[in-house]
Amino acid sequence: MFKLFRNLKRRDYLFILLTLIAITTQVWLELKMPDYMSEITILVQSGNGAMNDILYNGGFMILCALGAFLANAISGYFISVIAADFSMNTRKELFDKVERLSMNEIKEFSTSSLITRTTNDITQIQMFLSMGIRMLIRAPLTAGWAIIKIANKSWQWSLTTGIAVVILIMVNITVMVLATPRFKKIQALTDCLNGVTRENLNGIRVVRAFNAEKYQEKKFDKTNGDLTQIQIFVQNVFSVMSPAMYLVMYGVTLAIYFIGAYIIDAAAAGDKLTIFGDMVVFSTYAMHVIMSFLTLSMIFMMMPRAQVSAGRINEVVDADITVKDGKKTDGVPNMRGHVEFRNVSFRYPGAEEYLLRDISFTAEKGQTVAFIGSTGSGKSTLINLVPRFYDVTEGEVLVDGLDVREYKISELNNKIGYVPQRAVIFDGTVSTNVAYGDNGKGKIHEKKIKEAIKVAQAKNFVEKLPHDYSAHLAQGGTNVSGGQKQRLAIARAIARDPEIYIFDDSFSALDYKTDSILRKELQKYTKDATSLIVAQRIGTIMHADKILVLDKGRCVGMGTHQELLKNCEVYKQIALSQLSKEELNV
Amino acid sequence: MFNGGGRGGRDSQKAKHFGTALKRIIHELKAFRILVIISILCAIGGSILSIIAPNQLSKITDLISEGIAPGAAMNFAAINGIALLMVGLYVSSATLELIEGLVMSQISNRFAKNLRTKISEKINRLPLRYFDRHQTGDILSRVTNDVDTVTQSLDNSLSSAVAALALLFGTIIMMFATNWILAITAMASTLIGFVFMVIILNKSQKYFIQRQAALGKLNAHIEEVYSGLNVVKAYNGKATSDRKFDRLNKDVYTANQRSQFLSGLMHPLMAFIGNFGYVAVCIVGAILTSNGTISFGVIVAFIAYVRLFTSPLQELSQITTSLQSAAAASERVFEFVDEDEMSTQKEITKTLDKTAVKGDIVFNHVKFGYDEGEIIIKDFNANVKAGQKIAIVGPTGAGKTTMVNLLMKFYEINDGDILIDGTSTKELSRENVHELFTMVLQDTWMFNGSIRENVAYNRKNITDKQIMDVCEEIGLAHFIKTLPKGLDTEVAENDEISAGQKQLLTIARGMIEDAPFLILDEATSNVDTRTEELVQDAMDKLMENRTSFIIAHRLSTIKNADLILVMNEGNIIETGNHKELMKKNGFYADLYNSQFAL
Repeated sequence: MFKLFRNLKRRDYLFILLTLIAITTQVWLELKMPDYMSEITILVQSGNGAMNDILYNGGFMILCALGAFLANAISGYFISVIAADFSMNTRKELFDKVERLSMNEIKEFSTSSLITRTTNDITQIQMFLSMGIRMLIRAPLTAGWAIIKIANKSWQWSLTTGIAVVILIMVNITVMVLATPRFKKIQALTDCLNGVTRENLNGIRVVRAFNAEKYQEKKFDKTNGDLTQIQIFVQNVFSVMSPAMYLVMYGVTLAIYFIGAYIIDAAAAGDKLTIFGDMVVFSTYAMHVIMSFLTLSMIFMMMPRAQVSAGRINEVVDADITVKDGKKTDGVPNMRGHVEFRNVSFRYPGAEEYLLRDISFTAEKGQTVAFIGSTGSGKSTLINLVPRFYDVTEGEVLVDGLDVREYKISELNNKIGYVPQRAVIFDGTVSTNVAYGDNGKGKIHEKKIKEAIKVAQAKNFVEKLPHDYSAHLAQGGTNVSGGQKQRLAIARAIARDPEIYIFDDSFSALDYKTDSILRKELQKYTKDATSLIVAQRIGTIMHADKILVLDKGRCVGMGTHQELLKNCEVYKQIALSQLSKEELNV
Repeated sequence: MFNGGGRGGRDSQKAKHFGTALKRIIHELKAFRILVIISILCAIGGSILSIIAPNQLSKITDLISEGIAPGAAMNFAAINGIALLMVGLYVSSATLELIEGLVMSQISNRFAKNLRTKISEKINRLPLRYFDRHQTGDILSRVTNDVDTVTQSLDNSLSSAVAALALLFGTIIMMFATNWILAITAMASTLIGFVFMVIILNKSQKYFIQRQAALGKLNAHIEEVYSGLNVVKAYNGKATSDRKFDRLNKDVYTANQRSQFLSGLMHPLMAFIGNFGYVAVCIVGAILTSNGTISFGVIVAFIAYVRLFTSPLQELSQITTSLQSAAAASERVFEFVDEDEMSTQKEITKTLDKTAVKGDIVFNHVKFGYDEGEIIIKDFNANVKAGQKIAIVGPTGAGKTTMVNLLMKFYEINDGDILIDGTSTKELSRENVHELFTMVLQDTWMFNGSIRENVAYNRKNITDKQIMDVCEEIGLAHFIKTLPKGLDTEVAENDEISAGQKQLLTIARGMIEDAPFLILDEATSNVDTRTEELVQDAMDKLMENRTSFIIAHRLSTIKNADLILVMNEGNIIETGNHKELMKKNGFYADLYNSQFAL
């Protein structure tokens, strides 16, 4: 965890120093108070104390209390700044890092895990810091100081206090040993309960169609029962804590008074009053000591959780970025729009099997090259090598005659218009979504946006939205349909004005009619651009200049639709599964 | 501090109707009447005992100070007696508190269990309409987060509120009984501090709400960027997303820092109030002692009273906040539980036996709309003979699933009638209608469980042989045999089973059900073309001898359908078979031809 403290800036260290001073002052004042208390006690007790003396001591005590309060407030302020600073900076560091990770590493961590790391885990640490730092400084300081103050008063009292501390810590440890492993189980059961409910909700039509309501409810009841049982157990264990603390703390006070009576009785007459004062003071200090140890043991309980979070954050921060930035800003001038794969093979690092094996092809400027094959044949992976979501294991990918690894990534991206399989919509308006990002050519103008939307066959529905081009789109595009999202994603690529289009199965969410019109319009609009298309439907790709048929990572056929129908068995099978013989004209 | 869950920022939402929500919680707690009474009695008992204790401590102090006086001897007999009594008091008070805690844990957890069960059962009694308008995530968070919040707050507040009140009034009474001047001193000095505390509490509450909101926005942005990272990267969107991130991160920083600072003031303030009260009591006490009005022991007792008086005040203020979040959360839970349910099925008079049904369906002037005012199916008539194949086609979003919804009686039609073998579905129970249909949906819905459980879903007495026979028919048997665990293989989130195979499993599930009617929502989007062929074969087998309804994206497969319903924008705009529709040269012909165009 301490590794993460590099995110603290110089100002934060100054604040930590100030916190230290403030807390020391506070502890000093707090422990000063019992002295005045004892003075007051003796004054009141002896009965001959002048009112002035009592007021004098009382006044000082209130000053101490006020001073302690102020010191506490000051340290609280500094800590709140440090903790907030820390979480802000760490979150920033993490976010920045995740944005630079390659898709490979993202896959390994999994997106949802990265999200919890950037949100929950950081909150965990922040909570620990804001509570922990103060306690961590204050508890040992108070305990040590208080022990020094009372050490010589009476060994009987010290022993009593010591025993109390041991008992409390033991109770604390027992509770934790019993409860901690069950927390994990509770978490797992909660996930399970969520799972059963989600399953019922997502499959509600199936559940009803099969009259399986009771079946699902039975499943739910079982998990619900298990969860309740284990929760009751854990809570029962915790129910012991508070009464035990109460018992020990009050017990200690009583014991000190009780023992005090005997000590005073045994003391010489002159000392009796002093010992009486000591007794009252001692019981106060004893409370301080006990409380400090309790706090400390609590910190050690909280620590592991924060530690785990810190570990998870560090894992990401320390991850190597495998896709490294190059230096070149442009390719060979007269090879614009040229894409070439030279003997490309790819496998995930550490994986045994190759996902792609020895793929070579060239796409000339203005050509459309399509990729088809069954799921897992590697066609998506193949085109993801162009924008460097992954880097090749062997061979080369060349864009404009230059290996993609030599480009500055942002310059490479400026050449590419990428449309993913699952359309991504950001929180914002239609316009901001279409004009998303930076293409190195300055701001994308409204005219261009409208044009792109028109070509992408999105004009009709966009203009029907309230506020048309400024219509608000929710995160994930929940307020537009799947096909509409996909068309906006395509418009985004068009607005970018790229040399190379990459469509990663981007047309499946569209119905045939829209699919066909869109591609026709696109072709007209982007005559000079090269297109790489991954598709499921034969209809989408049958007019491509070149079709690559992939099977288990290898290229098993390359050519036009008609050529492949004649000489590629795999292609023919795929085609026949979708269209009848007559429709294919074979 | 010891609630264990360690859930951070409390849900600081305010309930819309605090009183109503609270009343409802109390009403729901009636089932635990006896346990609640026990816990409250224990709480009050514990409070009373802890009030008596300081009085006894003051007696010991008095005895000791008497023993200090020159010439006097300690009255050990009395001291021992009182000490023993106090041990008794402390132990019994702790025991009562323990019992109260144990009982409370029973109440709150069983209460939570009941709430969760209610929600779970409610899900299955709500009309599908409800789910069109509400998100899964929202309902899920009611089952877990909201119920958790309710129980946690209840656990912290229910009996402690009673105990705190008892302690508060008990202390006041005891204080006045002991000495009224000191009582007023103690109360006044505490209350002044308490006013400050309430002010701070309110302020920090505001910042907590702000923090929750800021965090929510930041998390949404993070989620958005992480899940769309390929686009962010490919479009050089990092600068844009960083700018937004920095702004939101800064907002969180500010709200975080302020809320933390203010809430961090609470404890120091409480300590100060305690000390202030102490000094006030000591000074006033000293004056009174010097007058000879009270003994020193009274001051010792009052020192304890000050502490006893401040702690329930603090507790009550915390309870109020926690009750507020309990009310807000319970409102969401009860809102769900109180939603309108599907109509009762009292008028159901007939039952069709699924083995005897021939398979005729008649649509008679069917009228339907999801919203009362917007009728989308205006007047639909069709006469389907047993064994026929009906296809429903149309572009995405045309409302093809509406037809499924009506056939399955998921929604009630507004007017007209659907007749199965001459019997109106209005006269049949929903369960009965469901029984007559086999439904294979586009999304391959699998639940957590083995292949066996998924295929034999909710059917009793299905043998492994039956399952394997069905799987054999659709070409799945070989695959299942290659799995190390065979039929016991867990399905959900299992990479070994592809989307296509899952689709085949749903078909197997449909075949096991063996009903006279079949609804197929053709699955093409998540299956590759070659698997699709397999799926298609399996579906063809399934359609034999059944009246089937097919929703299709791919038009070549439905050319031989007996009736094609062409839908667009929720309406049925054309009907007929392939030939007739092509001749019409309308929407269908257009749709059909487009798949060959460039």
